[in-house]
Amino acid sequence: MRPVIEVEKVVTRFGERLVHDGVSLHVNAGEIYGFLGPSGCGKSTLMREIILLEPVQNGTIRLFGEPLNTLSFEAAQALRRKWGVLFQSNALFTSLNVAENISVMLREYTALPAGVIDEIVAFKLDIVGLTPKEGKLYPSQLSGGMKKKVALARALALDPPLLFLDEPTSGLDPVSAREFDALIMRLRDMLQLTVVMVTHDLASIETTLDRMAIIDERRIAAEGTLSEVKEVPSPFIRTFFGGDVS
Amino acid sequence: MAQLRIEETGRGMTVYCSGLWQATALDEVAGTVREALAPLRSYEITFELSGIERIDSAGALLLQHTQRRLEAGGNLVKMEGVDDDSARMLEMVRQYGHPGTDFAVASPGFLAQTGREAAEVLANGMGITAFVGRTFKAFVNLLFLRVGFRYKETGYQMMESAIKALGIIALTMFLVGVVVAYQSAVQLKTYGANIFIVDALGISILRELAPMLTAIVVAGRSGSSYAAQIGVMKMTEEIDAMRTMGFDPYAFLVLPRLFALIIMMPILIFFADAFGMLGGMLIAHTELGLSVTLFTDRFTEAVALKHFWVGLVKGPFFAVLIASIGIYRGMQVKNDTESIGINTTKSVVEAIFAVIICDALFSIVFTKLGF
Repeated sequence: MRPVIEVEKVVTRFGERLVHDGVSLHVNAGEIYGFLGPSGCGKSTLMREIILLEPVQNGTIRLFGEPLNTLSFEAAQALRRKWGVLFQSNALFTSLNVAENISVMLREYTALPAGVIDEIVAFKLDIVGLTPKEGKLYPSQLSGGMKKKVALARALALDPPLLFLDEPTSGLDPVSAREFDALIMRLRDMLQLTVVMVTHDLASIETTLDRMAIIDERRIAAEGTLSEVKEVPSPFIRTFFGGDVS
Repeated sequence: MAQLRIEETGRGMTVYCSGLWQATALDEVAGTVREALAPLRSYEITFELSGIERIDSAGALLLQHTQRRLEAGGNLVKMEGVDDDSARMLEMVRQYGHPGTDFAVASPGFLAQTGREAAEVLANGMGITAFVGRTFKAFVNLLFLRVGFRYKETGYQMMESAIKALGIIALTMFLVGVVVAYQSAVQLKTYGANIFIVDALGISILRELAPMLTAIVVAGRSGSSYAAQIGVMKMTEEIDAMRTMGFDPYAFLVLPRLFALIIMMPILIFFADAFGMLGGMLIAHTELGLSVTLFTDRFTEAVALKHFWVGLVKGPFFAVLIASIGIYRGMQVKNDTESIGINTTKSVVEAIFAVIICDALFSIVFTKLGF
């Protein structure tokens, strides 16, 4: 089967600063894939290019086989409905309540009756570990962990096959962070998702990721499973995984 | 696209479901369900699901919802041809679903709405009182030298709120001078009272138009920016951060803006006077043939100095109104983005309204006092 995401020889430059110099990687269907690397290595930029927030300057990125740099407006809009994005700061709409935040895409892109939409929202709240009781609260009334879950429920509103997470466990306490990891793995199995995440969290890397790419010095330093990546001799990998390097 | 085909059978009907039962492809099916299936009573209905290519939670929930509605209407519902995928989805929505959830927020009744608004007015009044009190306290602290005067910040605000507004104020007042002079010229010409254009322009611009329009431009430019900037600072907890460092926001944010406008407003009005008269002088020359010398001679003779001072004195009062309303509105911003918009709008509308009321009061007071 064709990989869900194919990144080929991507070169990104901001002014004088070269961010990516020929980055290539691929994400297979059903995987939980991680972008790792030191701060400022361009992990988030790469993710922003994949989700059409930044233009691909050089090289090609293909999602579901479609190259991103030649998309028509309609194709781009259709593609945006095939993924959900969880932002690092959650990016919930502060003037809408929880139920409205989750249903915003359903109300915009479908003509389903309100009763069915409310049931879809309740289902989404339940699978991320919240209850319909939270539906009428506003984002300012929620704790950090709950906001994260609401943002995840919103990302899953249209049952997209692909889910992007930007540092999902940052800002969560260790217990909530491990719960969140378990939640992501459970949802991947339930909804047959492909998950791509940018992360720094060693525990999430060890428990959740199937494969990962390490971006360092503008290039992919290593790509593969955890044990494969640990074999690669690189100063960043040595420091990052600490004593675990055999 | 998801599809639905209904076939009548001997004892009831069979509903053939096919296609993609996914969130974005369900619109047609949901419509058919509402029109054709919802009114049914006491039928035996079989859903034949084998034609479904792909189903997601929205599709499964729609099926579940339809089944529940039909059963409530006294129908007997069966699902057939359920493959592994559909079975898994249906089981999932059975396990995690909450049938009958309703997130509709009831709109409050008239009495509740009235009460809520009254409470808001009261809270607003208390907020203004607290704001005035805290600003005054910061001012007292400054007078007793408990905190230093923020020279740099005040200077920066003078630059941003006033000096950078000179261009737009000059242009606005020049054009207002042109318009007023042009309209007066047409009338005065018919009476042959050309020279009186100087009186008309001098009194109206110096006394009323220049202070008023300057205040309106400053309210639109700086009042709104104070509200938006302080509002965002409040949302991002910058103001709380300042408090924890021992920086009183009233001393660091409010007073510099207040002083900057109080000092600069009369200067802006003076500037506006000059450009307004310049515009009037141009039209007096081109339309009525009044030379510059004649114009200035008549100006010094007919327009008493008091009109100039009356205009200028209003400046600091307008400045206090504009700055404090802008800053107060910024402080009222709550933790959502919509309240930034609402409060920024309010800061401009309320500031202009307050300036007009203040101007009307001045008008009465100065006339009674014989100015």
